[in-house]
Amino acid sequence: MAKRERSTRRERPVKGAPTAKDFQGDVRPDWCPGCGDYGVLSSLQSAYAKLGKGNHEHLTVSGIGCSSNLPGYIETYGMHTLHGRSLAVATGAKLANHEMNVVVTGGDGDGYGIGGNHFVHTMRKNIDLLYIVMNNQIYGLTIGQASPTSMLGMATKSTPFGNIEAPLNPIAMAIVTGATYVARGFSGNPRQLTELMYNGMQHRGFALIDVFSPCITFNKDNTSAFFKQRVLELEGHDPSDKAAALEQAVKWGDEIPIGLFYQDTSRPALDEMEPVLENGPMARQSLGITQEQGDAIVQRMM
Amino acid sequence: MAKYDFVIAVGGAPGQGIDSVGQVLTRICARHGLHVFTYSAYQSLIRGGHTFLTARISSEPVANQGDKLDLVIALDRNSLETHLPHVAPGGTLIYNSDDVKEAPERDDIQLAPLSYQELSNNTDRKKLMLNVCMLGAALKLVGGDLKVFEDMLTIQFLKRKGQAVVDANIGVARAGYNHAAENFTAFDTQFEKQEPALAVVDGNSAMAMGGAAAGVKFYAAYPMSPSTGVLHWMANNARDLSIMVRQCEDEISVVNMVIGAAHAGCRAMCATSGGGFALMSEAIGSAGMMEIPIVVINVQRGGPSTGLPTKTEQGDLWQILGASQGDFPKVVVAPTSIMDGFDVIPEVFNLADKFQCPAMVLSDLTLSMGFTTFEPDSVNWQPEIDRGSLINGVEQSEGKYLRYEITDSGISPRAIPGTPGHVHVVATDDHDEDGTLISDEFTNPHKRRDIMEKRQRKMDGILELLPPPTLEGPEDAEVTLVGWGSTHSVIGEAAQLLTEAGISTNHIHFKWLYPMDEDAVNEVLAKSAHSIVVECNYTGQFARFLRGETGFKADGQIRKYDGEPFMPHHIVDGARELLAGKTDFYVPYQEIVV
Repeated sequence: MAKRERSTRRERPVKGAPTAKDFQGDVRPDWCPGCGDYGVLSSLQSAYAKLGKGNHEHLTVSGIGCSSNLPGYIETYGMHTLHGRSLAVATGAKLANHEMNVVVTGGDGDGYGIGGNHFVHTMRKNIDLLYIVMNNQIYGLTIGQASPTSMLGMATKSTPFGNIEAPLNPIAMAIVTGATYVARGFSGNPRQLTELMYNGMQHRGFALIDVFSPCITFNKDNTSAFFKQRVLELEGHDPSDKAAALEQAVKWGDEIPIGLFYQDTSRPALDEMEPVLENGPMARQSLGITQEQGDAIVQRMM
Repeated sequence: MAKYDFVIAVGGAPGQGIDSVGQVLTRICARHGLHVFTYSAYQSLIRGGHTFLTARISSEPVANQGDKLDLVIALDRNSLETHLPHVAPGGTLIYNSDDVKEAPERDDIQLAPLSYQELSNNTDRKKLMLNVCMLGAALKLVGGDLKVFEDMLTIQFLKRKGQAVVDANIGVARAGYNHAAENFTAFDTQFEKQEPALAVVDGNSAMAMGGAAAGVKFYAAYPMSPSTGVLHWMANNARDLSIMVRQCEDEISVVNMVIGAAHAGCRAMCATSGGGFALMSEAIGSAGMMEIPIVVINVQRGGPSTGLPTKTEQGDLWQILGASQGDFPKVVVAPTSIMDGFDVIPEVFNLADKFQCPAMVLSDLTLSMGFTTFEPDSVNWQPEIDRGSLINGVEQSEGKYLRYEITDSGISPRAIPGTPGHVHVVATDDHDEDGTLISDEFTNPHKRRDIMEKRQRKMDGILELLPPPTLEGPEDAEVTLVGWGSTHSVIGEAAQLLTEAGISTNHIHFKWLYPMDEDAVNEVLAKSAHSIVVECNYTGQFARFLRGETGFKADGQIRKYDGEPFMPHHIVDGARELLAGKTDFYVPYQEIVV
């Protein structure tokens, strides 16, 4: 278990541009040494810094699972919600204050399994969120069962004789379901991952980054070495071409593409279409209604 | 003027426009300044089946359907046959003679046939305006102002359907009215106009309006009968009143969105029924753990499971008390009338905000889908809004901010995300004062105890603010009827009827259910004589809860679980049987079957 570092510093006043260090939380991660999530965390801290906003202008929301502990390790407002519910909570928070940069983090079990319904519908609604899924193709916190992205044949504690259920393809699913920024990263490539995260935050609409973030303890098949041999940055691909994006999305084998598969900048995010936000963020609007508004309501009931 | 108390009922098939007749009838009465309570017994069908609407009209405020049917309008043969026996002696049954070959028989009521084919000159073969024609006839019999009816028809149809449709409707309304004038005997007691003219509201709209007045800025829902009316009101008024309204993929999403919006600073609310509430359970506990104020309305319908989507019950009390794992502060309130549903929402938001916890409102189909009249000036559109200890937008505190600071009251100042200088994480795992949830912190037994006690201390503060149950009627009564929530009016009327019949009866009624102040409640209950708990469920959920909280064991029980609400005589009959010592558990017989 990681030691907790108590410190008196909170939110250093940002002098000039913030750095990744400004987004380091008070608590050290309790992930296993060698976990892919470290690379995701540091990339996210760099991406936050690159965006240039103050710590208080970000909200990091997660569900439950190893990777969902992330908000505790980062110096922004954070919500560590229920297993599978991060996207619903984040949607509420974003629509309540759409000026906040809301980033959702979690794992494949949390997002694609128990949270599958919210995953589909948050994409369909094109909520302006960046969703980072640390996909390790296994349930880690419950010590090693098959997940919705576990590969066929993989032996786990819940599939000791090999997994006979096919994995889902989050990239292809996101492209056809309505996400408007769909990317895949690899925790072993923090340079590209930071770039994808930064662009995902800038993107207006729902952005998914599925990140290969290998579990060093429970997934002996899809290891860091496995991905290092196979991942290949997308080159010469036009992300505005949906059909081409889908073609890339279904590739899985000796070469697995990473990078930006798909981006649609023409479709407005939900908050851009919602007229009640013309008066500013909901959370800052004055409460209640006027006597005149009340009288008009009663008049219609006469 | 003697008290006017009259019931008009309309029976027909769904699609025959019963609900629009009901609304028009209710509004006509309201425009006469008469008070109305409307209850619709219906089935879970869009077309086919049978619907029966009861409108109780009175010169005084009224909030239950009463015991008798004075005037029944049968829109189809099924209604005629079903409800012929239900008309009170001396009453009238209006029916369409085109429907029947043989005239119905009853010699103690007025049978009032009209031929719609003749009255409409055979111009309306689909019988789209049959309801209007028959309501015209009914109006004549009770002395209603035809002009008011015509105005209502104009309002209803002019914009949407044009002058020709208005004229056609007014034509058949007049034909029915005139036919009744020439052929039927009017009732002795007639509508008398009163001031002021009243407005009409249903229970779901009242709660939605209460939400708007309370400052709800975020409303989410998944459609579920009988709670959907709240969503419809919110959706219709969202743009005028600047309220974010979202329809979600399921109730789990609904409540979690509400939690997110509430955490980000909005007053946020949702409504559902029992099945949807079951899906929300886990998240309600998370609001307790993260200390985020939310308001959840559960409009009860008959259970278990999908149960009776269109019928009433008070069967979710234990569900709501036990919702979610573990112990956490919460408030449960059951409004006692339709307009109490309006007032209770701002009240309960103030409690939720002040104590940073989930608050749950327990309505039911009877209340939520019933219509009532109210005085237009009686609505408090600007209730007190107390958001409690909130840090929103502007940096306030000096030094290190602790979201879950241990305090005597258990209340810790709540900083809204976006506020500089207060960055913190809220978590559904248990955590320490600054929100840290790493497990070697929160599994420390001393820290766990401290934070648990901090949260639960908030219950003491809530208790102090909740009024005890009301006691109505003589303190030295022979019988005490005990009820909760929506049954306030019907139990009150039963107590009055018993007292008038020589059995002195009082009435203790609970609105605030949880937390319950044992001493305060026992002080009221000590005044009871032969006590009878009256509720709409099978196992006596409230009686058992009351016994658990206070040790009070009632002498008798009246329980109804057939899907239909109590009528006053059900309770009166039950009380008599219980007093006679024949039983300590009475289940009324529902006479009107739909």
